[in-house]
Amino acid sequence: MGRAEEARLRRIKASLERRALILDSIRTFFKREGFLEVDTPVLLPQVAPEQFIDPFAVGSWFLSTSPEMHMKRLLAAGYGDMFQITRCFRRGERGRLHNPEFTMIEWYRAGADYAKIIEDTERLVLTAAGDLGLGHAIRYHGREIDLARPWPRTTVREAFLRSAGWDPVSQPDAERFDLDLVDRVMPAFPPDRPMVLMEYPAAGASMARLKPGDSAVAERAEVFIAGLELANVYSELTDAGELEQRFREVIRERGEGQRPLPESFLEAMASLPACGGIALGVDRLVMLLCDAASIDDVVAFPFDAA
Amino acid sequence: MAIEISEVSRNTKLLIDGVPYAVEDVNFVKPGKGRAIYRVKMRSMFDGTGKEITYHSGDRVDEVRITAHDMQYLYEEGSHFVFMDTESYEQHHVDKKVLGGKAQFLKDGMVVSAVMMGPRVIGIDLPKFVELKVVESGVSTRTDTVTAQMKAVKLETGATVNVPTFVKEGDTLKIDTRTGTYVERVTRK
Repeated sequence: MGRAEEARLRRIKASLERRALILDSIRTFFKREGFLEVDTPVLLPQVAPEQFIDPFAVGSWFLSTSPEMHMKRLLAAGYGDMFQITRCFRRGERGRLHNPEFTMIEWYRAGADYAKIIEDTERLVLTAAGDLGLGHAIRYHGREIDLARPWPRTTVREAFLRSAGWDPVSQPDAERFDLDLVDRVMPAFPPDRPMVLMEYPAAGASMARLKPGDSAVAERAEVFIAGLELANVYSELTDAGELEQRFREVIRERGEGQRPLPESFLEAMASLPACGGIALGVDRLVMLLCDAASIDDVVAFPFDAA
Repeated sequence: MAIEISEVSRNTKLLIDGVPYAVEDVNFVKPGKGRAIYRVKMRSMFDGTGKEITYHSGDRVDEVRITAHDMQYLYEEGSHFVFMDTESYEQHHVDKKVLGGKAQFLKDGMVVSAVMMGPRVIGIDLPKFVELKVVESGVSTRTDTVTAQMKAVKLETGATVNVPTFVKEGDTLKIDTRTGTYVERVTRK
């Protein structure tokens, strides 16, 4: 075991060195943009109700699944643009692209919508690649990918009609949605360019606001590069009443009738200004920029080796 | 025993429609905010056929405990062989079909490796090589051609094997149970 670990750590050393440079790059990028770096707790009395995200319990508390609620409490108190690089924990998520403990960069821009945040993402990824001396053309899995802005965008409706032959906005089918997204829609994205999938069906809005003028879809986007789902973007929902309703719905669907709502968060939401926000998986960005096939190649001690 | 699909990993054994499968690979996919999808590659422990099944988070599957035990062959009883676990001394009646053609090399007192699914013996592995005594040399068989170099002999367990012509009744032979063929004559002490 000892020798195998040593060999593994030696093999991924160059990637871990790059990882450190990428983190520097992210921090420099946001500081230059005038963002405040914040720190919110990882040990929480409650996590945000999410239908398919399971937290680790620590006594009667939980490890954070996302810094979203606390960053929004800061935003509600008048803190402006902010970012955070933090650890998130999600029980049961383990695979080539998943480790139950992972690193997230989350940022919020006051007064912005999700389109603006997508532009931030384009610039951030290009900056990180540039700081590594890579330029806008990178290689991943033997394929050249052109990161030049603007990245192609498509709506969920268009992408599903084109690749899966049905419209998830007019005929919602949650189960089929996830399978077809993975089996048909994602594989049909051009392999040599990033892809931004916009306007998720309202049922998958999570904490995004519905699109003004078209409440069948939410202003939520996902960013994909080379088959890696990199980030989840919202025009943030600022209606505390609607948010509470969505939370209650999720708790009902999870069959957790007795679960308390995150009251402090919901109270603060009354003062949340219009803003856009995003969660971007740092490990996956590092994978992309290190041409690493597995998350285990960019994390020193993955779950099973910790 | 029912377990969550998230607990399944390589080498987990699953019971599906009464057939035990060995999991060879679990591919975990989870689109953002979506259900976890588990693509489980597995192979039947009965006939080796492979298949892939897609599961979702929350699905439950039956895990089956497959264990190996050393067992000693005691005796034959109708359509069964009776073995005794050398550790627990428990006796197990094993259908002759489980052994198939290997039964012809089964000798009283032989210690074999029994593969168990829960309390049931689903496979018997004989030692790779066994030493058996020739009880009848120069058996004529309809199928085997007696050549200048080889002849058929009958062993103490009833099996017939082809051996070189120098083998005599009373000799002890080393037999490869995987192929059912003669390896060498064992020098008597």
